[in-house]
Amino acid sequence: MAVIKKLKRGLDLKIPGKPEKILAGEVYPLFFGVKPVDFPGLVPKLCVKPGDKVRAGSPLFMNKVNPSIKFTSPVSGEVKDIVRGDRRRLLEIVVEKKGKDFIDFGRIKREDFSREKIIGHLLNSGLWPAIRQRPYHIVANPADVPKSVFISGFDTSPLAPDYQYIAQNSTGSYFNTGIAALSRLTEGKVKLVLNGKDQGSELFRKIDGVEISWFTGPHPAGNVGVHIHHLDPVNKGEKVWFVNFQDVYAIGRLFDDGVYNPERMVALTGSEVRNPQYYRILPGGSVAPMVKENVKPGDLRFISGNVLTGSKIESDGYLGFYDSQVTVIPEGNYYEFFGWALPGFNKYSFNRVFASGFFPRKEYRLDTNFHGGERAFVLTGHYEKVLPMDIYPMQLLKAIITGDIDLMENLGIYEVAEEDLALCEFICPSKIEIQSIVRNGLELMIREMN
Amino acid sequence: MNFLRKKLDTLKPHFTEGGKLAKLRSVFEGFESFIFVPNKVTHKGSHVRDANDMKRTMIVVVVALIPALLFGAYNTGLQHFRATGIEAGILQNFWFGFLKILPLIVVSYVVGLGIEFTAAQIRGHEINEGFLVTGLLIPLIMPVDVPLWMLALATAFAVIIGVEIFGGPGMNILNPALTARAFLFFSYPGWMTGDEVWIAGLKGGQQVIDGFSGATPMALSAAWETDRLPSFLEMFIGTIPGSVGETSTIAILIGAFILVATGIGSWKVIVSVFAGALGMGLLLNLIAVNPYMELPVYYHFVMGGFAFGAVFMATDPVSGAQTERGKWIYGLLIGIFSIIFRVLNPAYPEGVMLAILLMNVFAPLIDHYVIQSNIKRRLKRNRVALNNR
Repeated sequence: MAVIKKLKRGLDLKIPGKPEKILAGEVYPLFFGVKPVDFPGLVPKLCVKPGDKVRAGSPLFMNKVNPSIKFTSPVSGEVKDIVRGDRRRLLEIVVEKKGKDFIDFGRIKREDFSREKIIGHLLNSGLWPAIRQRPYHIVANPADVPKSVFISGFDTSPLAPDYQYIAQNSTGSYFNTGIAALSRLTEGKVKLVLNGKDQGSELFRKIDGVEISWFTGPHPAGNVGVHIHHLDPVNKGEKVWFVNFQDVYAIGRLFDDGVYNPERMVALTGSEVRNPQYYRILPGGSVAPMVKENVKPGDLRFISGNVLTGSKIESDGYLGFYDSQVTVIPEGNYYEFFGWALPGFNKYSFNRVFASGFFPRKEYRLDTNFHGGERAFVLTGHYEKVLPMDIYPMQLLKAIITGDIDLMENLGIYEVAEEDLALCEFICPSKIEIQSIVRNGLELMIREMN
Repeated sequence: MNFLRKKLDTLKPHFTEGGKLAKLRSVFEGFESFIFVPNKVTHKGSHVRDANDMKRTMIVVVVALIPALLFGAYNTGLQHFRATGIEAGILQNFWFGFLKILPLIVVSYVVGLGIEFTAAQIRGHEINEGFLVTGLLIPLIMPVDVPLWMLALATAFAVIIGVEIFGGPGMNILNPALTARAFLFFSYPGWMTGDEVWIAGLKGGQQVIDGFSGATPMALSAAWETDRLPSFLEMFIGTIPGSVGETSTIAILIGAFILVATGIGSWKVIVSVFAGALGMGLLLNLIAVNPYMELPVYYHFVMGGFAFGAVFMATDPVSGAQTERGKWIYGLLIGIFSIIFRVLNPAYPEGVMLAILLMNVFAPLIDHYVIQSNIKRRLKRNRVALNNR
């Protein structure tokens, strides 16, 4: 039964700064920021104003379209600031941590589990947004019944944290409770996908009510979108839900302990980190205590998430709701004299157009330089090499650009999210902003379908 | 280097919005990014980007063309001195050819880039690098004695009608270099055919030594005089009359190796063009009723522009098929049609050019059917899912 799905297409970026399996301890930031921009497509409605006292689990804002979906404070304290961007777009709700007060949502025993109770609990506590759906890669709608729930048990993205290591340092019973709760939400199965190369996957074999599959291959073999595509593809009108690995523990804690505690282990990674290692932190927490004494000097890019899909933050910015990784790499705002003509022993390219293609190095200290200007689509057949799906990426992108809804549907828009095509964006010699195009396409579909 | 950077930084404000020379912004940016890779950083999406860009990609293709170019220069001299009966060394041959070819390259680049710069400026785009390759391809597929005004006209036609009216490089349907060649072929057939135009000086009335014929292998074959063809080895090395860069199969194969090794050119297209020609050639051999049809199929690979077309023209990603399965079909059909046009239609001795242009037109159709099969697979899966409800 243990069939391993072997994927060949993809690419593992070789960047220095892989996290060592050391748990540096817990981090207690003073400031926490919850970011509505972490949730694509969300129209937020504020529930607090600066100066308000909040407890861990108090709502900060909610979904304007569906007010039952709340986004809550991870800590108790006082609302310090509400940061807005262009056109008053809500960017961050900043909470200053004071005390350890929390809302007790009440425990639920496993034998008392019912769909309504579980959903109610998740919605009230603010843990519901941890459950997302395909199509569109957005927060799930509690009124839907998904055909399955996916959990990706490994992460292949650049410098990703090792979930095996995280599992060894977390309480397994919470995971079991989380799985039990999730299995009540679907008419199908809860599917856990593990790294086919990892024999330590034994850890998860004892869990009831989950169907385990194994995948191997280069990134994005660990992406949940890839798993769904191969195991239970999303057709028109269907819904598949998925939950991040560490959020399953958070769901378990909610039902076992009655608290909203999305605490997680986060890997601090990247070439500019002195000691890349693991920390325990609440999402929304400022990364400042982690990175303060632990980064090299220079002009740096701080990323909540990985280098392909993460979001840019400041050195005292906040950990994103879905992120379990912080990456620090050098900025690349320099000019390069005839850069395109040099042999390039230290330049990384997917195609062997630089000397590095024939004399590869072990690792490349990649920076944020754009390496060129945006052009029309020219080269063909390259995106396919880094997308292990039965999808024509370039044709799909062109359909999105031209706004051809029928064609987008036919070419598989329901099965992709920006993170699945992030590598296409990385290798694109025409420097096309592929992830933005995909998100625009998904938003167009959401508008059209409602 | 720093001096240059400072100079550019002081000039830059004039070319930005509101500056005196804002109208020439694209031109300035074109030159600036040519000298310095810009300091632009990622701001959304992926934080890191592959070091490869369009400039580097195009330069790789240019590098792949250099063996054919160098050999072309040598061969131009060689053919000229052979025809006129003068003894000449390798360097002398090369230098003569170099001086002949240089004006062609200069004219092609000046005309093409001039139009491309203007078009980019009008559209407010950045300058596109596509013409770096096209501008070198055009002289390489011309007879060496083509008048410069004709070359300029053909280049202008190819860039304006072939590329810019479709929206610029990347949007074109036909391969621009072949468009230029086809334009001349149909507009000035007297210049593009015959035995004289392929060797420098002959069209200008220079005396040839007794018994010399400048006939190309293509012309000889079309006249069914296959017994007069040069040896296979000679045609493989390329010391034969023909277009500037097309004669040496070995130089072209070096270019093919560069394209495939770097991943810029599609090996699928190259292999399938040869496979298609092989199949069609063998078929013609089987039913041979004239000397051309009897010609061993591997001769086709080293004659005329076949190898050059397969390696440098058919692999053009913009005008070719864009799906991987489509590339096999596209290449096979180019190979098949090349041989059909060559052997069965003596009015157009060079079949490869027409075969590639024809398949350029059909490439979107091929892709359409390949993609339809993907769509059908998805729809079928959907139907199965609905039935299982």
